[in-house]
Amino acid sequence: MIDAQKISVTLSGAPILNEVSFRAQAGQLTAVVGPNGSGKTTLLKAATGELPYSGVIDLDGRDIQDYSTADLAARRAVLPQAAALAFPFTVLEVVRLGLLSGLHAEDDDLPSRVLAHVGLAGFEGRFYHALSGGEQQRCQLARVLVQVWQPVRSGRSSWLFLDEPVSALDIGYQLEVMQIARDFVDKGGSVVAVMHDLNLTSMFADSVALLAGGRLLVQGDPTTVLTDQHLSAAYNCNVRVNVAPEQIGQVPFILPHMASLG
Amino acid sequence: MVTFDTSIASKFRRSSGDRRDLAMRVIWISALLLAVMIVASLTVGASGTSLLAALMDWASGLDIGLRERVILFDIRAPRTLMGVLVGASLAVSGAVMQGLFRNPLADPGLVGVSAGAGLGAILAIVLGGLLPPAIAAFTGIYTVPMAAFLGGWLTTMLLYRVSTNRGRTSVAVMLLAGIAVGALSGALSGVLVYMADDAQLRDLTFWGLGSLAGATWTKFAVAAPLIALSLAATPFLAKGLNALTLGEATAQHLGIRVQLMKNVAILTVAGATGAAVAVSGGIGFVGIVIPHLLRLAIGPDHRYLLPASALLGGSLLLFSDMISRTIIAPAELPIGIVTATIGGPFFLYILLRNRGVLDI
Repeated sequence: MIDAQKISVTLSGAPILNEVSFRAQAGQLTAVVGPNGSGKTTLLKAATGELPYSGVIDLDGRDIQDYSTADLAARRAVLPQAAALAFPFTVLEVVRLGLLSGLHAEDDDLPSRVLAHVGLAGFEGRFYHALSGGEQQRCQLARVLVQVWQPVRSGRSSWLFLDEPVSALDIGYQLEVMQIARDFVDKGGSVVAVMHDLNLTSMFADSVALLAGGRLLVQGDPTTVLTDQHLSAAYNCNVRVNVAPEQIGQVPFILPHMASLG
Repeated sequence: MVTFDTSIASKFRRSSGDRRDLAMRVIWISALLLAVMIVASLTVGASGTSLLAALMDWASGLDIGLRERVILFDIRAPRTLMGVLVGASLAVSGAVMQGLFRNPLADPGLVGVSAGAGLGAILAIVLGGLLPPAIAAFTGIYTVPMAAFLGGWLTTMLLYRVSTNRGRTSVAVMLLAGIAVGALSGALSGVLVYMADDAQLRDLTFWGLGSLAGATWTKFAVAAPLIALSLAATPFLAKGLNALTLGEATAQHLGIRVQLMKNVAILTVAGATGAAVAVSGGIGFVGIVIPHLLRLAIGPDHRYLLPASALLGGSLLLFSDMISRTIIAPAELPIGIVTATIGGPFFLYILLRNRGVLDI
């Protein structure tokens, strides 16, 4: 479990997060949503140890500050929002970087298998720079999956931190990538994902943390968090939440609109 | 395990995306090339004395003459070994610096390490006479090399202090600070050049252009431990530099202790560059051309790039040195002129051919 208590982050004098407390249970997909600039990515970066913060963040009952870099790398992988590559690696070489944590270094075929898993079979020899934005995003996802390939390792759930994993993807791949995250969770893994798309969040998340203005507005299961009232307050616009047809799970679906429905 | 059967060739197809076998083959070829260059360097020279001829004499029971012995073992051998070490240092510190800065055009020359070392050397040449006799007697012929090494080391420390804040080194600040330090070193060096007399000016010119001509076993002994230590650290840097390609945060997430790795990288570069500049002056382009060429051939994987750079850097320097001491024999052309003449156009050619591919 990730237990973050009263996390505050100040970047160059500006407060970004203000005493945010949130939890992500092992074996669940926890989505962090909120408007632009609400502090979603900052919260994720604090939780991965990238940014200095005040407050306490525990991972599986231990302060993340007390983990060694190698221990953390063995327990969780992080997909950043944008990943620039300094040198011309091939797709296979980028994915192989996921083996650096050493967990699956013996498994030489793993990178190719994972590439097929994210829909990039046969892309091994392409140069990363020459890929489209969506292909690059899936290539990075493959690298991250290679790092924590086993959803459960030594009896412990592995963690995936995904910062807007579907931002560059078409709707087909959005579903495919979210399904990969879902599969990881269903096999015992844990996912924390910063999400923009509320409908995908509603379809795939077990728990939703809604941020606004650097504060946690509410956290809970999608049906309790994704309501007209919460979303209108957080996003500062009219939002009508409907219920999707039974065939696709009766999850909330969200329609922002300009009309005043009274 | 490296095999050379033809089935390997199919693995080299770019479509596999796996360049490890190719990289290993390039490393073996580079090692072979270096061996050839070492023999050639011992054989080629103004005097016409040949290693092979001497060995043949020795094998057929004849004594090797004193003249041959001096030329081979006291002049060419230290010069050759020094060339290998200096070439390897320059190429490897270039590759490490580029990995650290995540920029294929970074070079120790760029972050001011070479300029700082140069300032140290010029200080020693121009103002060395002002040293108290006791110190001058102690440092002796090592005054210039030691001052160059100190200059390079101090520059690196200064850069490090300026660009590190709360345990994190900002590569951007270090790069910019390097430009500032380089400019300052250049300005101070310029002042010293104005103060220099004619004899000193001649020394400065030759030192500044770079040369292996002063190589002796004692100089070799001064430089070798530092260079060897720096090169020995590189295998521990390779994985970290690979991860750093994705940025510092991602490297950390992959389990690399980024701050430690950067510290080792900085010390490695300072040691290798400082020692190389100290004994051979300013030899340019090796640190840019060799890693660049290798990256095009085998890719940016530092586990292969660093050893291949060392081997090929040594070869390039020996080759350049052979040109420098034979082309206007019995006089010598400073080797820096040769490396710049080979390296400059070659570098431009690489850029021209790959400007569509390389994002620089």
